[in-house]
Parts: sequence; structure tokens; C-alpha cells
Amino acid sequence: MIPISAYLIVAAVLFGIGTVGVLISRNMIVVFMCVELMLNAANLALIAFSRALNIMDGHVFVFLALAVAAAEAAVGLAIVLAVYRNRETVNIDRFDMMKW
Amino acid sequence: MIDITAAGLDFSLIAPEIALLVAAFIILLTGYVRGLSNLSFTIAFIGLVVGIALSVGQWGQQASGFYGMVTCDNFGVAFKVMFASITLLVLLLGTRYMKSRGILKPEYYALLLISTMGMMVMANTTDLVVMFLGLEIMSIPLYVLAGFARRSLESNESGLKYFIMGSFASAFLLMGIAFIFGASGTTELRRIVADIGFIIDHHRIFLYTGVTLILVGFGFKVAAVPFHSWVPDVYQGAPTPVTAFFSVGPKAAGFAVLLRIFLFGFAGLAFLSSVFWVLAVLTMTIGNVLALRQKNVKRLLAYSSIAHAGYILVALAVGGENAISAAVFYLVAYAVFNLGGFAVVTLLETRSGCKSDFVELPGLSKAHPYLSAVLALFMFALSGFPPTVGFFGKFYLFAAAVKANFIWLTVIGVMNSFLSVYYYLRVIKASYIDPSEKSWAPVTYSPAMLVVLFITVIGTLGLGLFPQQLLQFAREAIFAFL
Repeated sequence: MIPISAYLIVAAVLFGIGTVGVLISRNMIVVFMCVELMLNAANLALIAFSRALNIMDGHVFVFLALAVAAAEAAVGLAIVLAVYRNRETVNIDRFDMMKW
Repeated sequence: MIDITAAGLDFSLIAPEIALLVAAFIILLTGYVRGLSNLSFTIAFIGLVVGIALSVGQWGQQASGFYGMVTCDNFGVAFKVMFASITLLVLLLGTRYMKSRGILKPEYYALLLISTMGMMVMANTTDLVVMFLGLEIMSIPLYVLAGFARRSLESNESGLKYFIMGSFASAFLLMGIAFIFGASGTTELRRIVADIGFIIDHHRIFLYTGVTLILVGFGFKVAAVPFHSWVPDVYQGAPTPVTAFFSVGPKAAGFAVLLRIFLFGFAGLAFLSSVFWVLAVLTMTIGNVLALRQKNVKRLLAYSSIAHAGYILVALAVGGENAISAAVFYLVAYAVFNLGGFAVVTLLETRSGCKSDFVELPGLSKAHPYLSAVLALFMFALSGFPPTVGFFGKFYLFAAAVKANFIWLTVIGVMNSFLSVYYYLRVIKASYIDPSEKSWAPVTYSPAMLVVLFITVIGTLGLGLFPQQLLQFAREAIFAFL
């Protein structure tokens, strides 16, 4: 039996990679993937807790979270596409039209 | 055996949400049928009015349904009425603007309604999972609305930045909820409240991690410093009616949930008060200081909305009945005069080529004396001058803080309030005193816009002259909350 701490460490590492990726990556698609990584780290933590506590609620919650992530992906990719059509770039550093 | 009786699934508890959703779907269905597309506005209007009526009908009810997933109390109802009214005003003030930019599509109405429905879901529950779902139902249409002007580069950029920041925050929130679930074995706030002592003793690390992550997630949503960096860009780039909606709707929804989670669910954690103390001071001060140098009215209002979030965070640091009712009062008041301010900006921007920079304001007082007087009134309300409702909002908030012995917080808050007068007065100075160089392109009023201006002016002055009624309402709203 693998202890719950192992799952949580994996989840924390995935979450950390995702957070760092969002903060330092310059490519919009990579940023987007990193956000998905963070969401899935949270899903992993939910499943691990759910198994450890023997309560099914966490499993159901993961289904809801997956649906939300899918909806977000649809809208996010559409926004990226719209931006790409106008700017022909996905580099975040180029989106600096509005500054004070 | 699953119990599908009135005790389990009571659809009357979510009737307002259903009304909005039905209206949104009808708009999506009829929007592209020839001859019916002009009905979108009417359908949205009717849906919102029905939603408000159904919400008002729930007032005084204290019920829980859907196996504890939905809780109907006065607090939730007050916010639901507020959200639907905000959307109604945004609908009225935005139509002309969207038409003039060629982006008045049926989806605009549908997305606004679905987003409002998400806010209602957030306010109408004590379960963290449902709050998360409500938050996403609110946010995803907002990402689209921010980038709604598809051909405009600014709007693109705004939608993109809002999407990245919003989904980043959602990930933090989800992780936080996962840890709270791990600590307590439930996501229902009432059960967490009942076991809080046990959870603190046995699962302290999980609980604290979860609470911190949730705080970060909602910090992004209500634009608390240091999670505010997306606000100015998103507010400036989005179509102005959408910005008006951003600045009041999602903010109020975020605070409704923050108040519920941190002053009800985790009221047993004493250290949270000092965390909110720091957040409130940072948010007020940095919001106000950065607002001083702005050259664009929309961007100025963005920074001012950060500062106002800071004032409301004072209530979260203070806690207790007085502070919560003051926060509800402030949110209503802020919604009224901030929507008014954005209505004027929207009206000015319906002229072609206008981007609401400061240099475009001179000459307003000569060309449109009434409009510039109204703009000045909203600026006075935002900076908190009596007899506007803005003064009483701040007064009740800081009075609650003083009563609970948060003297330094109050001093910093009042100093910030004085600081903010400077940049609000700059708007008034630009429209009244600065000499105008070029000729002033006239503004044409639409009837809907006149209605919005009338309601917001009456609200700002009327609630300022009779604040007791609104305070009484706020007290009744939180009656069953604690």
C-alpha cells in the first residue's frame, strides 16, 4: 500500500511545475498546458484524499473538475486562435499594448 | 434508494438561476433565426426581471436542498437580487455602445445571463464544490466577453490576459478545495464549522495549506494586491459595458463567497484576521498610489476598483455582524456609483475614435453641463464625499473597524480615502477647468442610457440621504448568516 503522502508529493510537484511554467513560459500554448497540469495535480490530490478517507465525494468532484477543465480548454483555445489570427504570434512578451 | 422527493431536489430553491438559464438558451436558439434576432434584448430583459422577482420571493426563506448542495438564505438572496440588477443595468447601458462597435451579437446577451447565473450559484450555496462550479460558470463567459471585440487588438489582449489569470486562479482554488477536503472529509462549510476544533488539532497542515490556496484563488478573483496585476489591462481592453460588468458583478460575487468561507466556514482560524489586515492595507494603498498617475479614465477606474476591494477587505479582517453588514452595504453602494461612472464613460466612448483618455475630457462641461455634473457626482461618490452613498459606505465600514478595535487599520483606510480624492478630482478638473483645444464632438443619449443614469444618480443621492434603509436591508441579509 502506497502511503497518501507519496500521492500528495507527486501532486505538489506537478502543481509546482505548472505554477513555474505559467510564470516563466513565453509561449501561450505552453502556459495553457501548464494550467492544465495544475488542474490535474488538484485532481490527483482529490482522488488520493478520497481513497485515503474512503469517501466517494472526491471522485465525483474530479468528474466535475474535468468537465470544467474541458470547458476552459475550449474557450481558451478559441481565444488563442482569435489572437493568433490578428497578431500572428503566440509569444506573451508581444502582448504589451496596454501599459502605464 | 435515492430519495428524489421535495426534501432532496427542491427546484424552487434554484428558480432564479433556472429562469436566467432558460432565457439564455432561448436567446441562443432564436438569435440566428431571421426576424427573431431582434428579440434577444427583450428576452434577456424579461429573463432578468423574472429572475429578480423569483429571488425576491425567496427572501426570508431558510432552506437547504439538493442534499446540502444548495442553501437558500437572506444573504444569498440579497446577492442574487444585486447580481441580476447589475446585469439589467449593464444590459441597458451597453446596447448602444456594442451596436456602434458592430459587436452586438445575440451571444453577448446569452453570455451575460449565463455569467450572472454562475454568480447566483456562487451566492446560493455553502458547499465549496458548488462554489467552484459557480465560479467557473461565471468566469468562462467572462473570458469570452473580455475578448468580445474580435477584431480589436486591445480586446484580444484583454481576453487572453483574463483567461490566463482566471484559469491560473481557478487551479489554485481547486487545489485548495482538495486540501480542505483532505483535512475535513467534506466540502460542506456547515460540517467544517461543526468539526473545526477537531480538524485544527489533527489535520492542521492540510487545513492551512487549503485555506492559503483558496485565499490565493479568490485573491485573484477580487483583485487583491499582490494578485491584481491583470486588472488594469483587462479593464482597459475589454468593451466598456463589459468592463462595467467586471468591475461590480464578479467582484461582488467573489466577496459574497469570501465572506461566507472566511467569516463563517473558517471563522475559527484566528490568524486569518491578520492575513486580511495585511491584504487590506496592501490593496488599498497600492491601488490608490498606482491610480495617481493614470492617463486613461477606464484604467483609473480599474485601479480605483482595486482600492475599493481593499476597503471591503477591511470588513474581512474585522469580522462580526457590523462589519459584514457594512461590507454588504458597501458592495451595493459601490455597484450603484461605479456603474454610473462607467455609464458616463460608455456614453463618451460611443463617439467614434474616443478611448476615454484624460485629454479627451476638456470641454465636456461646456458641451454637456448635465453630463459632466453627473460624472462629477459619481467621482465624489467614489471618493466618499457626503451626502453621497459612498460616504456612508466608508463610514459604516470604518465604524465597524473602530468598534472592534482595529484603530490602525482605520487610520490607514481613512488616509487612503484622502489620497484617492486627488485622482478622482483630476477627472473633475479635466472636464471643468482644463482648457479645451479641439472642438467637442457631441454625445447623443439613448433612452436606455438615460434610464441607467437616472437610476444610478437617484441611487447615489437617495441612498446617501437615507442610508438607514439600506443598512437595515444589509442587517436583515446577514440575519441567519452567523
